[in-house]
Amino acid sequence: MGVLAVEAHNTAIVFLELGGIILGLGVLGALALRAGISAIPLYLIAGLAFGQGGILPLATSEEFIAIGAEIGVVLLLLTLGLEYNAGELVSSLRGNARAGLVDIVLNAAPGAIAALLLGWGPVAAVAMAGVTYATSSGITAKVLSDLGWIGNRETPVVLSLLVFEDLAMAVYLPLLTAMLAGVSLMTGAISLGIALGTVTVVLVIALRFGRFIEAFVSSPNNEVLLLKVLGLALLVAGLAQELQVSAAVGAFLVGIALSGELAHEARALLMPLRDLFAAVFFVFFGLQTDPTKIPPVALLALLLALVSIVTKLLTGAYAARRAGIARAGRMRAGIALVPRGEFNIVIAGLAVAAGAHPDLGPLAATYVLILAAFGPLAAKLVEPLLTRPPSSAP
Amino acid sequence: MEIEQTALPGIGLKHEFGTQSGRRVAVVSHRSGRRDLIIYDRSDPDRACEAIQLNDEEADALVELLGAPRIVQRLNALHREIEGLVSLQLTILPGSPYDGRTLGDARIRTRTGASVVAVVRGPQVNASPTPDFRFEAGDVVVVVGDADTTAAAADILTDG
Repeated sequence: MGVLAVEAHNTAIVFLELGGIILGLGVLGALALRAGISAIPLYLIAGLAFGQGGILPLATSEEFIAIGAEIGVVLLLLTLGLEYNAGELVSSLRGNARAGLVDIVLNAAPGAIAALLLGWGPVAAVAMAGVTYATSSGITAKVLSDLGWIGNRETPVVLSLLVFEDLAMAVYLPLLTAMLAGVSLMTGAISLGIALGTVTVVLVIALRFGRFIEAFVSSPNNEVLLLKVLGLALLVAGLAQELQVSAAVGAFLVGIALSGELAHEARALLMPLRDLFAAVFFVFFGLQTDPTKIPPVALLALLLALVSIVTKLLTGAYAARRAGIARAGRMRAGIALVPRGEFNIVIAGLAVAAGAHPDLGPLAATYVLILAAFGPLAAKLVEPLLTRPPSSAP
Repeated sequence: MEIEQTALPGIGLKHEFGTQSGRRVAVVSHRSGRRDLIIYDRSDPDRACEAIQLNDEEADALVELLGAPRIVQRLNALHREIEGLVSLQLTILPGSPYDGRTLGDARIRTRTGASVVAVVRGPQVNASPTPDFRFEAGDVVVVVGDADTTAAAADILTDG
């Protein structure tokens, strides 16, 4: 009886903590909605408040939150993969390789250089390169839709850069995972080879035999469809993790392999789950970050943010110019690319979990806080400046 | 006229063209089924100055309003293109035996071999009307067939 009583008490505490966190996130989400900004920075702040050194440290539910955060990463990548089909990825690779490479060089550089200057070593440099490189496709998509930019002629350029970045992640994440595990150059090369091989095989399967996978997964019943897609994604994610390819990439590839109407339905079903677990993921990252470590790196984060705003503006301008877009459109393309968010935290999370430099977590958190909040705001502020009053001629 | 098709990864497709009067217009078809009618800015042709979100019903209504006069023109053009194919536009006059009766009652295809491909009522075009479609006086019935079968169809609609 005594054991049961203790367990009942534990359950009560876990429920109280989880309920408090989730309700708190709901309130923060409402605030973000009203202010018209992304909720990601607020979730991070909530995590900071609950974590070690925060105002209200959690006692018992951290284990659940840790697993929830991992599931959050899988769901983030799975729903991202569901947005695209293999055909789009291949055509984006063909048409935008050059702009995509410029994007990598210009935007990975600030993070990598900062890490090297700080003396954090090559592995941290690769991690920080990813932190400054990836644009948040979630926040950018929302900016494009909120400002009515979806129909704009520079928008296809922005979207295909995002696709390119996501594809680059499929190569980058396994590389980072291998480097963080501290494996030798040889083992690292092998795991990168496995990753590239897997990506290629999945793309070929999705292009040629996508309908067989769809025939297996598809179901007229929403419940069955949800369970099949989620189960498949977790299985492949686990398998990918086992092969040192990174669970996130496995989930992304499952998303890519499913396309068409099925992908659309599955995405709609997964969205509520993704919203819940992704929020848990951002909180978890905040939990792991000691808020007292933030002030010393704040200035550095601000500097890094400023530099990488400029590099994204240049990237957008270059890519849009190649597509024959005029000056105002080039500016919009750059601004749309500024927000950083989920991926950058995923990357920093991997590095922190592997025991990177203790300042990397706080730096990445502050950096993303700035750009996730300021990116959409900048786009809103700049929009009227770029718009000349419409001419009165018919 | 050239319609430019652009993929919007993660969103859907965009079809865009320039009008003779120098404006650019596009339709964004979202995967969710939503459609946006886009009008581009005159001074910044890359920017959508208007993005009008249309639901299914509104998009259909717009298509019908823009397409109603065009469908008859197109049928006439088709008629000229294919030798031996005749399309007639037959008005249901008040007092016609089929005023108030259904397309199924007229059994035009069975009796003549000609097909009723559309019924135009006011601004609205009912393409491929079903047998339970009920005629009203003033409807314009578009019949396609050869010279003999369409003439026979015309007889049915005026004399029964």
